[in-house]
Amino acid sequence: MNQESDVLLEVRDLKKHYVLSKRTVFGRREVLRAVDGISFSLRRGETLGLVGESGCGKTTTGKCIVRLIEPTSGQISLEGEDVVGASPDRIREIRKQMQIIFQDPYSSLNPRMTVGQIVGEPFAIHGICAGKERRQRVEALIDRVGLTRDSYTRFPHEFSGGQRQRVGIARALALNPKLVVCDEPVSALDVSIQAQVLNLMVQLQKESGLTYLFISHGLSAVKHISRRVGVMYLGKLVELGETEALFSSPLHPYTEALMSAIPRPDPDIVRERVLLEGDATDSNHPPSGCPFHARCRYRMAVCENEEPAWRDLGGGHFAACHLR
Amino acid sequence: MMYADDGAQPMAPLLEIENLRVTFDGEDGEVTAVNGVTLSVGQGETVALVGESGCGKSMTALSVLRLVPAPLGAIRGGSVRFAGEELLMKTVEQMQEIRGRDIAMIFQEPMTSLNPVFTCGDQIMEAITRHRVVSKREAREQAVEMLRLVGIPMPERRLYEYPHQLSGGMRQRVMIGMALCCAPKLLIADEPTTALDVTIQAQILDLLRTLKRKIGMAILLITHDLGIVAEVAERVVIMYAGEVVEEAPVRSLFKKPAHPYTRGLLGSVPKLDRKEEELKTIPGNVPSLKSMPSGCRFHPRCPNARSLCAKAAPALLEIGEGQRVACWLYGLPSDREGVETL
Amino acid sequence: MIASENRGRVLRRLFRRPLTVIGLFLILANIVMVLFAPVLSPYNPEEMHLKDRHSPPSMKYLLGTDFYGRDILSRIIHGSRISFTLGLSVVAGGLLFGTTLGLVAGYFGGRVDSLLMRVTDIFLAFPQMVFAMAIMSVRGQGFGNVVLALTLTGWTAFARLVRAEALSLRDLEFVQAVQSLGARTPRILFRHLLPNLMAPIIVQATMGMATPILTEAALTFLGIGIPPNVPSWGGMLSVDRDFMETAWWSVTFPGLAIACTVLGFNLFGDGLRDALDPKLRA
Repeated sequence: MNQESDVLLEVRDLKKHYVLSKRTVFGRREVLRAVDGISFSLRRGETLGLVGESGCGKTTTGKCIVRLIEPTSGQISLEGEDVVGASPDRIREIRKQMQIIFQDPYSSLNPRMTVGQIVGEPFAIHGICAGKERRQRVEALIDRVGLTRDSYTRFPHEFSGGQRQRVGIARALALNPKLVVCDEPVSALDVSIQAQVLNLMVQLQKESGLTYLFISHGLSAVKHISRRVGVMYLGKLVELGETEALFSSPLHPYTEALMSAIPRPDPDIVRERVLLEGDATDSNHPPSGCPFHARCRYRMAVCENEEPAWRDLGGGHFAACHLR
Repeated sequence: MMYADDGAQPMAPLLEIENLRVTFDGEDGEVTAVNGVTLSVGQGETVALVGESGCGKSMTALSVLRLVPAPLGAIRGGSVRFAGEELLMKTVEQMQEIRGRDIAMIFQEPMTSLNPVFTCGDQIMEAITRHRVVSKREAREQAVEMLRLVGIPMPERRLYEYPHQLSGGMRQRVMIGMALCCAPKLLIADEPTTALDVTIQAQILDLLRTLKRKIGMAILLITHDLGIVAEVAERVVIMYAGEVVEEAPVRSLFKKPAHPYTRGLLGSVPKLDRKEEELKTIPGNVPSLKSMPSGCRFHPRCPNARSLCAKAAPALLEIGEGQRVACWLYGLPSDREGVETL
Repeated sequence: MIASENRGRVLRRLFRRPLTVIGLFLILANIVMVLFAPVLSPYNPEEMHLKDRHSPPSMKYLLGTDFYGRDILSRIIHGSRISFTLGLSVVAGGLLFGTTLGLVAGYFGGRVDSLLMRVTDIFLAFPQMVFAMAIMSVRGQGFGNVVLALTLTGWTAFARLVRAEALSLRDLEFVQAVQSLGARTPRILFRHLLPNLMAPIIVQATMGMATPILTEAALTFLGIGIPPNVPSWGGMLSVDRDFMETAWWSVTFPGLAIACTVLGFNLFGDGLRDALDPKLRA
C-alpha cells in the first residue's frame, strides 16, 4: 500500500498566508496563516477526509490543490507532476485531471445556463466534442448521477438542493478526472438528501476508481466515506490516520475533544464529554508552541514553547503532540 | 397578568398549539407553510421540533411569538395558548409585553441577531429595562450576572465590547443571556447551534441543559440534527411538509420510530459506531409547497405506501405512551395485519 | 443575485403596475414617430411657411408654427429621430465600453480594479455638461460630435454598475467552477459573468436613454449641439426661446416632447428594475 506509484497526489509543506494589513502602527505586517505548512499524500482510489472547524484552513487547502488559490509556498504534485510551478497551458491540461465539488449547490451553478450547458461546459472549454456527441455525453453523465434526461433543458432554480448537487457532481466528472476535491459537498443539504448524495459519491468512486479529498466539518459523513482522515487545527494538521484507528483511539487531544463533541442520535449513549474551553484562537496571532495548547486539558510546560513535531506513531498514524 | 403556578390547572401545558395554519403569499399564489400543526410544551419541558428545510418548523415557532413575516405570511387559523391564554387574540402591545418577558427566542445566526452598532452591555441592559423598572446601575449589575451565568469570561469587560469583537460562540452566549434576563418561562431556540462549530455547539448545548436545570424554563428547540435531539430533548415532534407526522418521548422515538419518515430520517444519518456499506436513504425530494401530494404528504417517498395513502391524509393517532403518529399503517382498525407485518 | 426566471413571470410583474405601462406607451409612441416620421408628418419639417410665422395651433397646423413658419408637429415628429438615435448611440457606446471595463475591473479586482476605477473617477469628476461643452467647442457642432461628447461622459455609469456586480459575482462558486475547469478569462467574463448582469444592464440602459436626450437638448439650446436647420427638440426651444410669451406653443410642445420621452424611459426603467429583481422592491 505504500508503494510510490500508488501515490496520486503529494502535498509537501503547503502554506497559504494572507497579508491582512500592510503595516500596523508597530511596523509589523499582520499575516493570517490560513494554511501553515501541511503535508500529506493521497493514494490512488482512496478517500482522504479532511476535518476541522471553521477557519482551520481545510477549504483553503482544497482550493490550493485545484489551483483556485495560489499557495504561498510548498509543493503540490499530481502523479509526480508539479502543479504549483506549471505553465498556464500545462495547468489547463492538469485541470482535466482534478476537479472540485462545491459546498453551496445554489451558488455553484450558473443560474443563466441550463443543466445541459452547465454539464457540457467542460467539453466546450477544452474543445473536446460538440453538437450531437456532446449532447450524448452530457446525457450519459446526467444519467450517471441519477437525474432524469429532461433535466437537460431545465434551469438550476427548478431543482432542489440535492438535485443541484448532482448537477455539480456531473460537471466535475465530465472530463474523467482522477482526483476530485469535495469541499463540504453535503453540508448544505438536508439529512435525508445527504445520504443520497454520499451513496452516489461512493458508487461513482467504485465505478471509475476516483480519488476523493473529502473536506467537511460533518464528522459522521467523513467517517462514513473516508478510508483515512486528517484533522486540521489553525492551519496545521494535528493528526492523520486510518479512519477506524483515528475514531476509536485518537492520539491528539483536539481530535479527542472533536469526537466527543459530536451529538449522537442515541439517547442512551453514556460517554465522557471532553468540553473544550474557549474558542480557536485567531490564526493571525498564533500562540507559540503547540497551536492547541491554550485549550488542551493535558497541557505541559513544553507545549507552550515548543511546537510538537509531525511524526508517524506507527501504522501510518501521524500526530503532532508532545504527549505521544 | 399573573398566570404563575397558582395550581388552578396543575396539569395544563405551558404552551399549546392547536391546529395552527400559516400561509404565505408567493409568486404563484398562496401556499400553506404550516398545515394544522398541534403540539404542546409542558412546564420546564424540552421539546424538539424536528424537520428538514421548508417543513414549517421555523414558521410554527415564529407563530408562537406572532412574528410571522407580514404581509406575505399570515396566521390563518388555529390557536396558540400560553399558560392558558390565547396569544392569537392579544393586541400588538400585549404581545410586545409577552415577548422577551414570558417567551424569549434565540436564532440561528448570532451575528445578525445582535445590533452591530451597540455594545453587548447596551443590548442586554435594554432587554432588562424593557420589561422591568430598574436603575441603570442595577441593570448593569444584572447584565454582568447574566453574562457570568452563560459562561462568558470577564463579563465586566465584555459589557463594553461590540458584537464583532466576539466569536460566534460568544455571541450566541450573549444572545442566550439576553433571552434569559427576564427569566422567561419558555425559550424558543431556532437552530441555535447550526452556525457554530461542533466543539462550540457542545458548549452551548451544555449551557442550555445547565440553565434549564437552574432556572426551570421550558425549551422549544427547533433543529434538523437528530444527534442534538437525542442529547437535550425530552419529547420530540417530527414535522414533514407543514404537518406533524410523529410525536414521541425521546427514547421511544429513537428506539421504536413509528412513522416511515422518522425511520428514514434516522437511517440516513451515518453511524459513528459501526461501518455501513451504504446509507439508508429516503428516495425523492421534499415536495415544494406549491405542489403538495394528495393524501398523506409523504406517500410518494414512502416505502410502505398503499393506495389509501394517496387518497386520504391520516390524522395523529396515539399508539403508545405519549407516542402519536399520523400514518395509515397504524390507523385503520380493519387493517390490523398492516401493523403486524412491520 | 438574480435567479433565472421564466419570461412569463417577469412580464406579468412588469405589466402589473400602471406607471410602467404608461412608460412603455410613451416609449412606443416615440418609436412609432421615429420609424414613420415621413408618413406621420403633415409637412416637410424644414419647409418655411413665411406667411404663417408663429401661427397658433389650428386645424391647418395642429401644434402651430415657429418663428420661420415651420410646422411644429412635423418638426417634433422628425426631432424624435435625433433624440432617439442619439440616446441609442450613446447608450450603445457606454454599454460596450463601460461594460467591458467594468467587467475587467470587477473580475480581476486588486490593482487592475484600482487603476480602472480611478480613471472612471476622473471622468466622473468633470461636470458632464461642462465636459460636453468643452468637447463641442473644440470639435464643432454636429450629431457625431454630440454622440462622442455624451458617450465620453456617459460610460462611467455602466462601468461602475457592472464593476460592482461583477465584484460580487466573481466570488460565487460557479465562477470558481469554470475557473477550475480551465476556462480562459474572456469565456468567464462574457459567457458566465455577463449573462448574470443582464438585468441591471438592461435597466441602466433604459434609464440611460433619458440623460443624453436631456443633455443634447441643453447643448443644442445653447447653440453648440445639433445645427439649427436640423429638426431637433433642443433646437426648437432655442429658436423660439424669445417668444415664450407671444407664441407659447412654439416652446411648450417641444418641451413636452422632451419631458414625455424622458419620463417614459424613467418610468419603464423603474418598472423593469422591479420586475427583473424582485429583491429591490420595498
